[in-house]
Amino acid sequence: MNQENATKRPIKVYIFITCLVDTFFPEVGESMVKVLDDLGVEVDFIQEQTCCGQPAFNSGYQDDARTVAERFLSIFAKALNHDSNTETYIICPSGSCTSMVKVFYEDLFKNCPETLKKVSRIKENTYEFSEFLVKVLNTVDVGAEYKGVVTYHASCHLLRELRVKDGPRQLIQSVKGVKFKEMDLHDACCGFGGTFSIKFPNVSVSMLDEKINCIVNSGADTVVSADMGCLMNIGGALSRRNIPIKVMHLAQLLASRG
Amino acid sequence: MGFEEVRFEKDSDKAIQNKPLQKALVNVTDRFRIARNKASSEVPGWEELRSAAREIKKNTIENLDKYLITLEENVIKSGGRVHWAKDSNEASQIIVNIANERNVKSVVKSKSMATEEIDLNSSFEGAGIKVVETDLGEYIIQLAGEHPSHIIAPAIHKTKDDISKLFSEKLDIPHYDKPEELTKVAREKLRSEFLNAGMGVTGANFAVAETGTIVVVENEGNARLTTTVPKIHVALVGIEKLIPKYEDLSLFLTILARSATGQKSSTYVSFITGPKRASDIEGPEEFHLVLLDNGRSGVLASEETRESLYCIRCGACLNNCPVYRHVGGHSYGSVYSGPIGAIITPQLMGIDKAPELPFASSLCGACHDVCPVKIDFPKVLLTLRERIVKSRKLHIKNTKDIIEKLGIKFWRFTVAHESIYKITNKLSYYLQTPWKQSNGRLRSLPYPFSRWTDQRDFPALAKRTFRDRWKERRG
Repeated sequence: MNQENATKRPIKVYIFITCLVDTFFPEVGESMVKVLDDLGVEVDFIQEQTCCGQPAFNSGYQDDARTVAERFLSIFAKALNHDSNTETYIICPSGSCTSMVKVFYEDLFKNCPETLKKVSRIKENTYEFSEFLVKVLNTVDVGAEYKGVVTYHASCHLLRELRVKDGPRQLIQSVKGVKFKEMDLHDACCGFGGTFSIKFPNVSVSMLDEKINCIVNSGADTVVSADMGCLMNIGGALSRRNIPIKVMHLAQLLASRG
Repeated sequence: MGFEEVRFEKDSDKAIQNKPLQKALVNVTDRFRIARNKASSEVPGWEELRSAAREIKKNTIENLDKYLITLEENVIKSGGRVHWAKDSNEASQIIVNIANERNVKSVVKSKSMATEEIDLNSSFEGAGIKVVETDLGEYIIQLAGEHPSHIIAPAIHKTKDDISKLFSEKLDIPHYDKPEELTKVAREKLRSEFLNAGMGVTGANFAVAETGTIVVVENEGNARLTTTVPKIHVALVGIEKLIPKYEDLSLFLTILARSATGQKSSTYVSFITGPKRASDIEGPEEFHLVLLDNGRSGVLASEETRESLYCIRCGACLNNCPVYRHVGGHSYGSVYSGPIGAIITPQLMGIDKAPELPFASSLCGACHDVCPVKIDFPKVLLTLRERIVKSRKLHIKNTKDIIEKLGIKFWRFTVAHESIYKITNKLSYYLQTPWKQSNGRLRSLPYPFSRWTDQRDFPALAKRTFRDRWKERRG
């Protein structure tokens, strides 16, 4: 489907930017906004938002994670209620943060039935960016242009918690000028794993080295993924080793115009 | 004890430096993983089979008390004896006593993780009883005095050259280079051990409550010999290995071999119901089933993590784990390695004995995807992480734990207030300046971030965050 079809009905999205994109990679957020704007989607951003709670959750600090998650839920529940007459979604440029909300909040709040109601309302309206384009907007061609050989790193939570596998590849392959090359072990973890990367740095880097080899051997000049956690890990190794392969979030690739 | 000290970070660092081991790990995990993926894709309704297997295991574990009694009754009915062992000492004592009472001087064993768990070989040796492992991989590591590094391929950490050297030294034979020659040597040595043994010890892949049958799955025929040649057969079985009905075996045998090695079926599957009967041509005169708890009832008590007991020890989680692939089995400090080791060892030993293991995962979920009984590894790991954090007694010596806790509390305080979050970001932006390189990246940072920057660059905080830019543009 093309852009016109995508915008037939009025759609509003609230960006769930993630703390990582907000503070380290704002240009990724801007690219996502550009793609959504161009598709005729109304985009809004709530300034109160900070983090979804995943760093504490994955480190075993569930009580701290719950406090932060409750804050997230009340901010976004208010937004959804505000626009109850329009088709409204929460869109996030990270498979990992999205799965925190869509998959792990249910575990985190399993003993709080009241909060679970909020979770299920938010969950059904929350999408990872690429999934939103493909499943909700029925779009794989956003009119992007990019000259390069691109390979795709499947981030773990997007692939195995949200089951998003083909969509990002279809989006990449629809970009004019892109030559797509699948890498070996494309669905293997890059070794990031949040605090895992500093708890066991040598294990993390050993996994990362194998990933870097796969990226290099694919012959690509650009590696794309849908999660900045993985990409700051992969990018950190590429730049330390002076390997001139570009690192791009899918949103940045889709916002490229030749 | 079959469990050694768990020092994951230290031992994994060593494993990563070991080049031949790294190569062996890639080879074996690739081979098993690819074979498993192919075999499972050829079975129609594979996902449904996994769900059905999980349901059966769930029901079994939740009604284990009932099924264990049924199993005991049916083993006795078929002429066998049943022993209950609450821990590894008791289990070893029971088995050594069976041998001593019958004046057994020599024992053959087929591959069994339960006997590794209780380190049965040491107990036999301590009692002056000769014990010989008859699975080739186990035979190799017994000669080397080591522990298994993989649930189904115990000696994968050894190269062909290692084995050639080991055989030459321990068996007083010339150096053989070819695997066929080495296998032939082992076969010849083992044949006489089978004939001389007074007792055969096995584990079991399944114990069927309804019939009192134990099932042993293998590829070398050594378990068949272990259970038929000696006069006494002792099977040591963890209480979680039960399945209720004989007909359940068709499902479990379908998923086990495919998940483990990618075979449609293993070469030998032995179904053993009691000792030899009058009409049987061969078989042992006595059959003993030793049911091992050793911490399992404690795992059962936790609703959140009891699914750890559904495991059928296929090893698929190891073969698909990117962490195991890089650190190997010995890093986990117990006979159970990989994702299953990371969840079961801290539960069997006590989380204070293996507090690193639940964190030794990037939570990528590959194990959950291939587990034939769908154990939700990430969920169990996260639950164990919470238990560990809550049980930590912060001491001034544990600076790592204190820094982590302070870090989390500071993070929580920051992200709970938008204004503080913004101020912290601004401050951090300026604070990072001394470490910032001309390319805008950070090359070295103080602890704990040094653990990132020692080998990777870290991105610099943006001067203007997304929220700043949004506000400027859209108000």
